[in-house]
Amino acid sequence: MATEKKTPLYDRHVAAGGKIVPFAGYLLPVQYGSGVIAEHMAVRTQAGLFDVSHMGEITLEGPDALMNINRLVTNDCTGMVNGQVRYSPMCYENGGVVDDLMVYRCEEERYLLVVNAANRGKDAQWIESHLMGNVRFADISDTVAQIALQGPRSEEILRKLCPPESIPVKYYYFVEKGVARIPGGDIPCIVSKTGYTGEDGYELYCANADAPRLWDALLEAGKEEGLIPCGLGARDTLRLEAAMPLYGHEMDETVTPIEAGLGYFVKMTKEDFIGKEAMEKMGAPARKRVGLRMTGRGIAREHCPVFLDDAQIGMTTSGTHCPYLNHAAAMAMVEADKAAEGTQVEVDVRGRRIAAEIVKLPFYKKAAK
Amino acid sequence: MNIPSQLKYSKSHEWVEILADGSARVGLTDHAQDALGDLVFVNLPQAGDPVAAGEVLGDVESVKAVSDVYSPVSGTVAEINETLLDAPETINQDPYGAWFIRVENPEVPGDLLTAEEYEAFLATEG
Repeated sequence: MATEKKTPLYDRHVAAGGKIVPFAGYLLPVQYGSGVIAEHMAVRTQAGLFDVSHMGEITLEGPDALMNINRLVTNDCTGMVNGQVRYSPMCYENGGVVDDLMVYRCEEERYLLVVNAANRGKDAQWIESHLMGNVRFADISDTVAQIALQGPRSEEILRKLCPPESIPVKYYYFVEKGVARIPGGDIPCIVSKTGYTGEDGYELYCANADAPRLWDALLEAGKEEGLIPCGLGARDTLRLEAAMPLYGHEMDETVTPIEAGLGYFVKMTKEDFIGKEAMEKMGAPARKRVGLRMTGRGIAREHCPVFLDDAQIGMTTSGTHCPYLNHAAAMAMVEADKAAEGTQVEVDVRGRRIAAEIVKLPFYKKAAK
Repeated sequence: MNIPSQLKYSKSHEWVEILADGSARVGLTDHAQDALGDLVFVNLPQAGDPVAAGEVLGDVESVKAVSDVYSPVSGTVAEINETLLDAPETINQDPYGAWFIRVENPEVPGDLLTAEEYEAFLATEG
């Protein structure tokens, strides 16, 4: 365990009874005393607080920053305005996925990229080695902490700490020069209306040194609203219930974003980007990401073979018991012509065939306001 | 950590209770349920199935992972606790009440641990 890094909130997790596990090079809580199900339900019905300081942050600045980003990622970042966030896969020449990331436009010539912790080193190298023209690259991950406040009561809680002008109104927008007004001094932070839970919520980026005070202030502010700290376990069940893809599961270097069901974020009409040619040649994908609702008794996890009658048509990529929906569900990559909703299949779970049905994704969608 | 003194324990964290009629109930320890987290699914054998000490009798699944449950005794399954199938959370709430199976004519290995020994074992496991 000696090689894993601690986030600035490590001591808070230990003090709060978090069960610490190594994850993506960091020591992080997989859950706290209340357990994964209670944490999951808190986010769906009230609010939960996550330490996501392990995520990587890379900045690109200069007149050619946008041109470089548009070559690196599959989504089109041309029309973004300052304070806007855009999700995108980033591909290899062969169309396989390097990572999926968030592009923050701070200014016309200044961007922040937020990448998966496990891919940070690989991403940094990939991005830096492909830069052209006048652009400056910096990996600022080690100086930035990130706290995610997620759930329907997040806004109420955040309003107790942040003035209205620090709180973005629309989903996928952010306030770069936000501030949390808390005893002991204001904390400057980026306040982003984004998340990985399928609920409304915010992600706050601040300096490492400020993170423990911001964490404490948020938990205190959210007491009445039922805010509790949540670990990696609930983060995974929440994202799975909302059918959000996770790198290393629903996509990796062997899967194109189109196959992973992320075709919406691949703009083939864009002039050029790394991986475009390979995906053009591939045409319609031979396999497709689908949702499986387990109808038999059992829980499919990742890497379980999926059968239609006696023929294997694919493999699960993630699976768990969904605490809010209260049934087991999985995502799978299956042959595209056998991926129709309503198809009855079987999943081989440790040698047992368990019945499942191909269903529409996401499994869970928050009610429209 | 709750470790009732009248039970015997295995190093794989199951408990055994010898009932008045000589049969044995088997379950998971408090330590095991705490380490596993919220349990959401249980796989049990059927009445009549043979079980062998040290061999898998079924499994439990938390939201995070699946874990095998080993039989601490040998014998024949007389009865399974069907309430666990619909309410696996009972194991978290009451680990020593939530028995998994009852074994008839159990052969109880001599190396099962007493409560004190199990407590000492937990300490060495860290």
